[in-house]
Amino acid sequence: MNYFVTEIDRAGTVAVDDTILVKGCEAKAGSHILDGFVPLFSSDAVERLVKAGFTLRGKTHTGEFGLDIAGETSYHGVCKKADGTLSTAAAEAVAAGAVKQALCVDVNGAPRRGAALSGVDFLKPTYGTVSRYGIIPTACSGEQVGVCAANAEDVEEALSVIAGHDGKDGTSLPAEKYEYAADKDVAGMKIALVKELYDAADEGVRAAIDAFRAKLEKAGATVEVIPVTDVKAYATAWQIMLSAETCNNISRYDGVKFGYRAPVYKDIDELYVNSRTEGMGFTAKMNVLFGSDVLSKNRYMSCYDKSLRLRRLASEKMKEIFAGFDAVLCPAMSALSVPAYDLAETFERTERELLFTTIPNLTGIPAMVTGGVQLWAAAFGESTLLSIAATAERMAD
Amino acid sequence: MKYEVVIGLETHVELSTKSKIFCACGGHSEADQPNDCVCPACCGMPGMLPVTNRHAVELAVRAGIMLNCRINQYATFDKKSYYYPDLPCAYQITQWFHPICTEGYVDVPTKHGVSRIGIKQIHMEEDAGKLVHDDWADVTYVDFNRTSVPLIEIVSKPDFRSAEEVLGYLEKLKAMLRFGGISECEEGAMRCDVNISIRPEGSTELGVRSEIKNMSSLTAIERAIKYEVARHIDAVERNTETLVQETRRWDDMKNRTFAMRNKETAADYRYFPDPNLMPVVVDDEWLKEIRDNMPATIEQKTAEYASMGLSGQDIASLVSERRLCDLFDAVVASGRRPADTAAWILTDCAGILRRGGKVIGELDIAPEALSYIIGMVDEGKINRGVGKKVLGAVIEKGVSPEQYVKEQALDAKVDESLILDTVKTVLTENAKAVSDYLGGKEKALQSLFGSCMKVLRGKGDPAAIREILVREIEKLK
Repeated sequence: MNYFVTEIDRAGTVAVDDTILVKGCEAKAGSHILDGFVPLFSSDAVERLVKAGFTLRGKTHTGEFGLDIAGETSYHGVCKKADGTLSTAAAEAVAAGAVKQALCVDVNGAPRRGAALSGVDFLKPTYGTVSRYGIIPTACSGEQVGVCAANAEDVEEALSVIAGHDGKDGTSLPAEKYEYAADKDVAGMKIALVKELYDAADEGVRAAIDAFRAKLEKAGATVEVIPVTDVKAYATAWQIMLSAETCNNISRYDGVKFGYRAPVYKDIDELYVNSRTEGMGFTAKMNVLFGSDVLSKNRYMSCYDKSLRLRRLASEKMKEIFAGFDAVLCPAMSALSVPAYDLAETFERTERELLFTTIPNLTGIPAMVTGGVQLWAAAFGESTLLSIAATAERMAD
Repeated sequence: MKYEVVIGLETHVELSTKSKIFCACGGHSEADQPNDCVCPACCGMPGMLPVTNRHAVELAVRAGIMLNCRINQYATFDKKSYYYPDLPCAYQITQWFHPICTEGYVDVPTKHGVSRIGIKQIHMEEDAGKLVHDDWADVTYVDFNRTSVPLIEIVSKPDFRSAEEVLGYLEKLKAMLRFGGISECEEGAMRCDVNISIRPEGSTELGVRSEIKNMSSLTAIERAIKYEVARHIDAVERNTETLVQETRRWDDMKNRTFAMRNKETAADYRYFPDPNLMPVVVDDEWLKEIRDNMPATIEQKTAEYASMGLSGQDIASLVSERRLCDLFDAVVASGRRPADTAAWILTDCAGILRRGGKVIGELDIAPEALSYIIGMVDEGKINRGVGKKVLGAVIEKGVSPEQYVKEQALDAKVDESLILDTVKTVLTENAKAVSDYLGGKEKALQSLFGSCMKVLRGKGDPAAIREILVREIEKLK
């Protein structure tokens, strides 16, 4: 199985997904429309890794603009697990030991789902801690570079390098550096299990959650089931914002400046329409249609503006939860295995899976997948997530 | 029936910042090649993020203060989406939901007194690029030099009732913005959209409005307004056409407006807040800093110069250009007399520039240099004529006055004996002129004086030379 859309150095130990720019290395973001686009600069995260002595192995396949369930919409090649089911190329590369760490952009949870499907770890840090400079943008208000690795210590090793203030990103937070630790004591921690998300997952996932819960309790933590009644509304809100921002951000791929240009057109309108029709895949087109609609004059207030309000409500809800709990436990997706399916279903399927992954993208809080389950913490609570994951990883099943 | 014209203006002004509004590219107005002044950010390459230019915000706030606006201490940047090849991201960053300034006014002098024009808002935005069509090759080229150059859009209320008011407003705006260091307002750097409608006199309802896009010449604006008024009245009175709210384009050659294709105007811009730019928060401290650093207005400078005793004409000339005021202020601050300094700038400097086919607004001289020359003359080290000669060399050749005076030995002391020797030589060599003078032709003295000055190469005090010349020639009677 080839994980890489572009190989950089066979001796390298870090992979980056194809929505993260590496200077001089063609970036396709899983789409045909970016054909031939070679960036003039590297993303800040890559710059930091290289400066710290990490070496790049290559760029992993990603679904079109990273918007699908687990990489299945890539124009350039889909990575599948040995049994033919889906997972992301980055998570599979880590699981197979091809790389120690992989950087992935988490905008709708695909890297978290990949980690759950491949049985590895992925941490999406707090919004604003890792620079977004040099990542191919989709939904800027919720996207963040995270780290995929086989265990919490390896996640921490790369994350501590890539996090820190960057003047080239206006949303980058001021701290120059973040100190992370994976050795906080789990004993005495209070963990909330979200009832609605637990109930929405299948039996296999629920069994994984139960097993993880048992480990936490064995390690001295307490787990309490709590309701978060609006999870569905939050997911819809993020779907609206994700599509709106993505539609806007990918409007620049018009065949005029770089990327794919249709060979036949008679005027500028046809150049746009033909290039985008031929260059964009189903997922991108669905986001363009849906995103244009929710931003239109007639719908802005009832869709986009309402989503902004829901984002605030979600943030308040999280603050309320984290006032009483150290972390939240929930599924990362509805099932532990996803068969290949018709791509025309992607948009709706992703919308369903967003239920589990939305809140960290919508509110900016950190989220981690480990052992097939998902954990959330309050903003800057990465060390809590890493410590829980490390503790569970040390315990035998 | 008598009609009243109702006009509102949207005026786009380019801000005089060193760099673009969201990236570090600078100097687009000096770029001589297309796409000389671009970076991955203003070309719309994915992965680049906008970072707000603080100085652009300061200039927008300064404009708001000058136009008596409320400064909104919380403002946002929003994205406006439309497809056009001169817009690399397919969206323009502007201020739609929370503009930086609202609710101001400006007083415009007209023949009939002062008209107060309301300002609805001032918002910041980035400019688009430029398309250059090559008809011969039938290709269109894209030039992104102008992309992302900071603009403010000053939106007036529909308070204009005549073309005269519109022109007066634009001229006043231009003078204020230039003087306030907000914009150079160079050719094409100030562009207007004119919204125009008519209604029966006395009516308070607004008529059907047409918008004439992208006007930059004052004379064209005046003609376009006259044309539109006539068109609207014809439509209302003679049913020549049904007026619809639409966007029109002025054709300067055909001297009329044309409706733009519906496709160009019916767009839904799908505005939403730009998540990459934090809201602009002008806190009290920053606002105070901007207020404290406000340059004096034309009115304040006029009063200040009047109190120094300058003539009305000199004041008007100085305040026509911010840089003349800055030069004048610096030279006066170095201890030179105001009236004298004004004369040096407005008479001598202007004369030298005119000689080279330039206008006073183009004057580029360091205040230290001008002050040095005036000082030399005041202290009698050189005479005023030599001073002018030095000034000419400084302005035209860019030399330093100290060095020039030294090289040309212009400050060498000319003692009386040298003057006397020179006068005697001139008198013997110009027997004809001497006899003319002695024969009663007073004019001949001027020719002899000129000869003396020529021999002395302009050195020496002209009054002393003339005195000695007269004394010596009288002896010959």
